[in-house]
Amino acid sequence: MTPVPAHADLTHLKADFPILDRISHSKRLVYLDSAATAQKPTAVIEAMNRYYREYNASVHRGVYEMAEEATAAMEGARARIARFIGAAEARECIFTRNATEAVNLVAHAWGRSTLSAGDAVVLTQMEHHANIVPWHMLAAERGIEIRWIPVSSEGVLDISGLDRLLDGARLLGVTAMSNVLGTIVDVRPLADAAHAAGALVLVDGAQSVPHLPTDVQAMGADFFVFSGHKMLGPTGIGVLWARAELLEAMPPFLGGGSMITDVRLDGFTPMEIPWKFEAGTPAIAEAIGLGAAVEYLEAVGMESVRAHEVALTRYALAMLADRFGDRLEIFGPTDALARGSVLSFQLGGIHAHDISQVLDQEGVCVRAGHHCAKPLMRILGVPATARASFYVYNDEADVDALADALEAAEKFFG
Amino acid sequence: MSGLEDLYREIILDHYRAPRNRGELPVPPAHKTEGFNPLCGDEVVLYVELDDDGAVRDIRTAGHGCSISQASTSMMSAAVKGKSRAEVDTTIRAFKALMSIHEARLVPEGSSGDSDTDEGSAAEVNLGDLEALQGVVKFPVRIKCATLAWNTLQQALAP
Repeated sequence: MTPVPAHADLTHLKADFPILDRISHSKRLVYLDSAATAQKPTAVIEAMNRYYREYNASVHRGVYEMAEEATAAMEGARARIARFIGAAEARECIFTRNATEAVNLVAHAWGRSTLSAGDAVVLTQMEHHANIVPWHMLAAERGIEIRWIPVSSEGVLDISGLDRLLDGARLLGVTAMSNVLGTIVDVRPLADAAHAAGALVLVDGAQSVPHLPTDVQAMGADFFVFSGHKMLGPTGIGVLWARAELLEAMPPFLGGGSMITDVRLDGFTPMEIPWKFEAGTPAIAEAIGLGAAVEYLEAVGMESVRAHEVALTRYALAMLADRFGDRLEIFGPTDALARGSVLSFQLGGIHAHDISQVLDQEGVCVRAGHHCAKPLMRILGVPATARASFYVYNDEADVDALADALEAAEKFFG
Repeated sequence: MSGLEDLYREIILDHYRAPRNRGELPVPPAHKTEGFNPLCGDEVVLYVELDDDGAVRDIRTAGHGCSISQASTSMMSAAVKGKSRAEVDTTIRAFKALMSIHEARLVPEGSSGDSDTDEGSAAEVNLGDLEALQGVVKFPVRIKCATLAWNTLQQALAP
């Protein structure tokens, strides 16, 4: 990868993503669905291929050279990822399949051993289903109460009743960035209020880690979850970070090989963290791939990533308003500094699926639907929106292509 | 955009822009049946009033969704209104056969209600305007949009 200048022009990075050479319906591929999953740079693809080609072996077991290389690569990835999010120690990072599994791990291992009938978990109305359904499942099983921090009409959290909601609560679950609205949540004051009320704080970083500098300790999180595939890494790998003493006090999640120090006919003794929570052969190539993705993002610099996306979002907001006026409604904060590079919108009365279908013919990939956030969609009063999301490899030409394709959709359905 | 015109035939866009039989019927004597597509949030509401012999005396539709689901709902309502139960059943079978030829490859066996498709008799049915929807099968993710109203109708007619 070529070195990045201090300013936010990342145009040269496009060449690092081979998929962007693809032709879709005879058009240049314009990929605007990175909030669903990001494309992968050659460095990530090659890191995974190299593992399979040159040192494929199971980790933490073999004493032969390749097994040691595989173990070192996977644990090296863990250490790099831990540094990237500001963790105190690598052993505080548990590899999971994705952010969803990480939330489920917390709900099972911490929730089931800690919460009982009448205990309250506070969530926000703009959570992804991943940070809602595991708590609904626990509520059905344990009779816990779920309380909701409302979302205002501007698409930000309404924390006027926060103290009342947190009174007696055991956990606050909050997204650091909405996958629908792009709203960036200032987690620290919420975490302080939760801690003052005696509650722990679980932060969903699936949308924030790929796009913003992250410091889990500075934001006051107790649990922090994210997925690899939204941050240039592969699918099938995610991370749960939690403070070491919390993880040590929690019972294991899945049982099996790798997570034990001893198994007897009458029981077992779990391994120390992080392996206590990593039963079975892990996703080794994927962990190494995520490590390579973090290395790539570090080389670009997260400040540069953010600056690039703020500039692109600002350009998109102004240009789309100019070309479509009131016909285009964009949900969430209007200030690019208050949001990530996710634009959910409605165009006239055209259904999101129809917009997405026309855009596809123009080579433009956007997401259409409820974005796994149905409670929020009900509050917004829309069954579905189209969503364009940007990342390091997008540029103003991509935003122009989006606008041209939206004009084509208007003509088609007008 | 040749591909798009296969999907969005003029007759489909016409039904989308000016849906037939929109509205509600008093319940009873009509039955109200709702159908959902959980993937995209599309919703079809049918008000169906049957004669004693099972004929569709009247039908109204409500709900929201994409152009394909709304047009298919409108075309379905026009196709079954005033028809005998036997004619309605034949039309449903023929329409689902039109969609299921391709759907069968995508959906695990037994989960798409294919058991009630009869390719032999379906081929003989003239579907008229409804045949405009056959372009949908080239866009596999949209087949569910087209079949939503029909699955909801089947639900409405179930004993």
